[in-house]
Amino acid sequence: MNETILSVQDFRKVYGDFVAVDGIRFQVQRGEIFGLLGPNGAGKTSTLECLEGIRRPDGGALRILSVAPDREPRKLRNLIGVQLQTSGLPANMRVDEAMRFFCAYHGVAPRYDLLERLGLKEKQRSQFRELSTGQQRRLALALAAAHRPPVLILDEPTAGLDVNSRTELHTLMQELRDAGTSILLATHDMAEAEKMADRVAILLRGKIVATGSPRELTATGSGLTKVSVRTDQSVLHHNGAAFPGVQQHLIKEDYVIYYSTDPGPTVTALLDYLAVHNDKLVDLRVERPSLEERFLEITNTGGA
Amino acid sequence: MTAFAQHFVFEFKTGLRNPNQLLLNYLFPLGFYALMGLVMTQINPGFAETMVPAMVVFAIMASTILGLPSPLVESREAGIFRSYKINGVPALSILTIPMVTTIFHVLITSAIIVLTGPALFKGIAPIHWGAFALVALVTAFACGAFGALIGVISASSQATVLWSQLIFLPSMLIGGLMLPLSLLPKAIRPFSALLPTAHAMQAFMGLAYDQTTTLNPIVSLGVLLASGVLAFGLAIYLFNWDSRNQARRGHPLMALLALAPFVVSIFLQS
Repeated sequence: MNETILSVQDFRKVYGDFVAVDGIRFQVQRGEIFGLLGPNGAGKTSTLECLEGIRRPDGGALRILSVAPDREPRKLRNLIGVQLQTSGLPANMRVDEAMRFFCAYHGVAPRYDLLERLGLKEKQRSQFRELSTGQQRRLALALAAAHRPPVLILDEPTAGLDVNSRTELHTLMQELRDAGTSILLATHDMAEAEKMADRVAILLRGKIVATGSPRELTATGSGLTKVSVRTDQSVLHHNGAAFPGVQQHLIKEDYVIYYSTDPGPTVTALLDYLAVHNDKLVDLRVERPSLEERFLEITNTGGA
Repeated sequence: MTAFAQHFVFEFKTGLRNPNQLLLNYLFPLGFYALMGLVMTQINPGFAETMVPAMVVFAIMASTILGLPSPLVESREAGIFRSYKINGVPALSILTIPMVTTIFHVLITSAIIVLTGPALFKGIAPIHWGAFALVALVTAFACGAFGALIGVISASSQATVLWSQLIFLPSMLIGGLMLPLSLLPKAIRPFSALLPTAHAMQAFMGLAYDQTTTLNPIVSLGVLLASGVLAFGLAIYLFNWDSRNQARRGHPLMALLALAPFVVSIFLQS
């Protein structure tokens, strides 16, 4: 089933003396959402721009379905759909014009169904500048997907969107993935990456410092599970009780938060302690570390 | 409709939808034409003889030299050209289509001027309509190419204003629009010959009105055509999809090569 659609091998990009990307490698399979994560300046944009054929790589090999983006731009343009971070459309272009315009250059019929699907049917006669940020980003995704490319490159696709638009966009991305489209998703939004991506790579100072599924990445961190407790009389706030497996704890507003290597015995001991001290449990949450916490852990330690 | 046709229709509509372009394509040149027709013909009755070609050249300058460059710069800075490149829009279309649609707008404005000028302001209609149309087309092409070149080499919208005014203001003062070249001081004339308007006016007066001219009108028409071809070629060569792209093909000052035919004309006609 695994079929490599996009391949990055020892890719390097240099601007003068500055090495933006230093020999990274990853592959994206058919029907996979691959998240590219990293702080600003990590090399995400350089990687995307070389894959989009906008810039030339200074080393290594980039391939999208065997096509080298910098050498075969004509072949590339029907293989990829790109949602840029910036608008990328003339301010006075109408929504339906944009759909006709880009579809004409790709040699396909306009996809008005996508506009309807993304809630833009009523806005077809509106000019781009008259759309809200959310509508502009939805239009950008509709245009990127309109020619049914096998690879979608999405740069911060849900930045600035409200909850409903974001959910709708995520649903569409999942549908496209299920239909076999490979999606390369560059995002700062760790919750989005954790929810949407099958695999992620974390870029730091031009190198990939971690790669794997979000679950794999979070499991390879410190391994501490977060146990948050809120009680009626807050006895945990005042008593320095020790619980099995707890490595550290902190107090945050009404909650006491324990970081445990062994959450089962920790929770059992906590409940026993509350019963002995006649305190009533109001809220108890047991959470594995999030991708965001793992990301911060990796970036704060410089990828070590 | 083909991609080229879709692009063409969109750019043509932009010339009407965008308030700045509407101003420079129609409102400014036609307003100036009305003002000059009402006032200048009263102050200087001799102006009526050159009013029609002068106002046509003015309309061409407003639409192309003033109107064409800024949208090119703004599109590049807004990432629109990057989006175009990714989606397969050729660089040639990005430069050619706005230029051709601007020429279409200019031809509409010119038709209004040449058809109403004689009736409204006692302007002189051309003797040879075909020659008039040819000179108007070649002038619009040359100025359109210069507009595209300014848009390509300018780093910002402010820079387009500077470059555009470097051509527009001298053209108004010593380009033969307000005063015939023959009335200018001899020391100034070589500088006039560096301006497209001077050659356009000479070509109009010599070829469409059978008037005696200071410069050879055929040579002037050739100079306009050659500089237009050169300017457009340089615009394509120097075109940059993205201002952040550091790999430029040539220095912006190469654009000055487009003035070569004007310089040569000074020696040819001296």
